[in-house]
Amino acid sequence: MVTTKELPLKEYVLKGNAACAGCQDMVALRHAHKALEGDVIQVVPACCTSVVQSLWPKSGLGIPVLNTAFPAAAATASGVKAALKAKGNNHTQVMVWAGDGGTFDIGLQALSGALERRTDFLYICYNNQVYSNTGTQRSGATPLHAQTTTTWYGKTEPEKMLDLIVAAHEPVYQFTANSSYPRDLYDKIKKAQEIEGPKFGHIFLPCPQAWNYPVEKGVEIGKLAVETGYWIMWERVGDEFILGKYSKRYQDPEKRKPIEEFLKIQGRFSRLFKPKRNEAKIQELQDYVQHRWDLVMKTFT
Amino acid sequence: MSANYAAARAVVSTRVEVVAAYPITPATTVPEQVALLYEDGIYKGEFIRVESEHSAIFACVGASSTGARTFTATSANGLLLMAEGIHWAAAARLPIVVNNINRSVSPSWNIHVTHDDSMSFRDAGWIQFYASSVDEMYHTAIQAFKLGEDERVLMPVMVNTDGFVLSHTLSTFDYLEPEEVDKFLPPYDPPHWKMDPEKPVSHGNIVFPEYYQEFRYSMHEGILNAHKVFEEVERDYKKLFGKYFGGPIDCYKCDDADVIFTSQGSMGAEAKDAIDELRNEGYRVGNARMRMIRPFPVDKMRELGSKVKGIAAFDRGASYGFGGHVVNDIRASLYATKYRPLIKSYIGGLGGRDITVDDIKEIVLDTVGAVESGELGPEETWHDLME
Ligand SMILES: Cc1ncc(C[n+]2csc(CCOP(=O)(O)OP(=O)(O)O)c2C)c(N)n1
Ligand code: SF4
Repeated sequence: MVTTKELPLKEYVLKGNAACAGCQDMVALRHAHKALEGDVIQVVPACCTSVVQSLWPKSGLGIPVLNTAFPAAAATASGVKAALKAKGNNHTQVMVWAGDGGTFDIGLQALSGALERRTDFLYICYNNQVYSNTGTQRSGATPLHAQTTTTWYGKTEPEKMLDLIVAAHEPVYQFTANSSYPRDLYDKIKKAQEIEGPKFGHIFLPCPQAWNYPVEKGVEIGKLAVETGYWIMWERVGDEFILGKYSKRYQDPEKRKPIEEFLKIQGRFSRLFKPKRNEAKIQELQDYVQHRWDLVMKTFT
Repeated sequence: MSANYAAARAVVSTRVEVVAAYPITPATTVPEQVALLYEDGIYKGEFIRVESEHSAIFACVGASSTGARTFTATSANGLLLMAEGIHWAAAARLPIVVNNINRSVSPSWNIHVTHDDSMSFRDAGWIQFYASSVDEMYHTAIQAFKLGEDERVLMPVMVNTDGFVLSHTLSTFDYLEPEEVDKFLPPYDPPHWKMDPEKPVSHGNIVFPEYYQEFRYSMHEGILNAHKVFEEVERDYKKLFGKYFGGPIDCYKCDDADVIFTSQGSMGAEAKDAIDELRNEGYRVGNARMRMIRPFPVDKMRELGSKVKGIAAFDRGASYGFGGHVVNDIRASLYATKYRPLIKSYIGGLGGRDITVDDIKEIVLDTVGAVESGELGPEETWHDLME
């Protein structure tokens, strides 16, 4: 893994961007762009990332950014890639940077089409598990029992297993990552850059605004997602599955921290603990952890 | 060839770099032919076989933003699914060319011509042409790139052809090799911005009320500039290739006419025959074929309005609740003048219902009668409407 000292010094996420304090999206973006080193065209559908670039005529990102419509990220990227190809440019990476809403929900069709066409691009879904841009409405990535402004008493369904949907398209490279492990993310983006064909990265990232936790707790919560086994770090090169070193030890349920540790510091799960602890619902989320492990391991190994 | 085959050939002639398209009757044979030309190595750009029209227009947005000349074709429901991207392309000032093959919108399912699909995008910032023949479609498509890509304009262009009447009817046209078109149309090079890692910009990020209105005004200016630029485009085209289709309003025997017939699309060709017959019968009538409806040729319309006593304005579609699309534009463009020809609106030919030379004669004579009697009579008539 890249050492902190080896990370390029050049910054592409510039000062003065408009992100909230403690925004983990910026952490992920910063490391992704350090890996790509500027030879990239970034396509961004409506989401927080379309706002944090700051206001016209300024830009908070030192790379070319094409903002596009909410459902259209992968289609727009297909066009960018085709134009580069038509002009004989085969080195610039086309990268989508989309939220979970723009990926799990409204952008899923375009994503499916672009993957099926074997588009040579890197699609990143940064998953803050909610529509943050529009003020915390539930998405297809919002977990069971999380409170949002369209599920005030908690969501009644768990998130969809997007990774399995993507895997069904057989991308050349697929990975999960987490903003609390930025050097791991850096390595994965670097690796993606080396491989031609459709690539998909799924980054889990806490959002202080929507998850309602103290801004300094972002890294801790991201780590708890892995340490409770809730989020699994893995890669898939072709059909070779690699369980990430950060998640390996949590394959053993005995080693996992209880899901409660992840839940209780987030305001969005407050109803699980107040006014009265709801054991049954906490257990449902605990069970979901194992469910995801079973599904992922059964599908990929 | 049919107009659809000719559209695919225009893609070759203009050295389009990226086509993204999705099938829908009666546009389907355009992407089919592009696919064949692509697989045979005759069309040398990229072809993206997208999974929807929403993706087709946004793939064009992506490609055009990266500096490529782009094209797509669609119809009715496909155009409607593109709505978000249609507005996007205009506001982003991307000179994408769309061949819309006019088809009725649903329900009920009807694959034949009505102009409601494209007319519902009059306010989106696209230059809009309506062609009356295969030859005109092909050459207008070539001119569309030149017009849209002009720095003074930088707007997308929709070239409309009537479903089946043109899209599937065989006719000859004068094909131009790419080497010939090169003399007229240089490679597209966006003058202001494009996606380029050497010169990074953010396009489309947030603009607050303090600037937004200025962006919209510049769109308005750009599309208005198309009046003058189109004149230049037609002049140069005529000089180089000897082709001229009559400006934004193609007038036939209008100079001494008391009554003119206006229409959009393939009907304009039929109308010429109707006018000839009526002239033989002694009526002073003319045919004004509305080729360009955005920007609306206000000056040309006023010039016509200053000469004629009556206008029989035909629309193959309607703004439901306020009548024919183009007749209302004609009325509006004359209101600020002192010219007050009688304007009668006729709506018909919807869902591909046939409009014959006799139908047109009947309509023109109805307006002639109103002019002679000095009585407007009904402002709007749905032609050939069953009881
Ligand atoms: C067609 C369309 N529908 C709805 C919206 C409003 N909208 C903009 S961003 C957004 C949510 C974005 O959520 P997500 O993709 O999860 O990204 P995040 O804001 O969390 O970063 C919504 C609903 C839109 N821009 N376009
Ligand atoms: S709402 Fe969340 S994801 Fe969006 S900018 Fe703020 S912290 Fe970042």
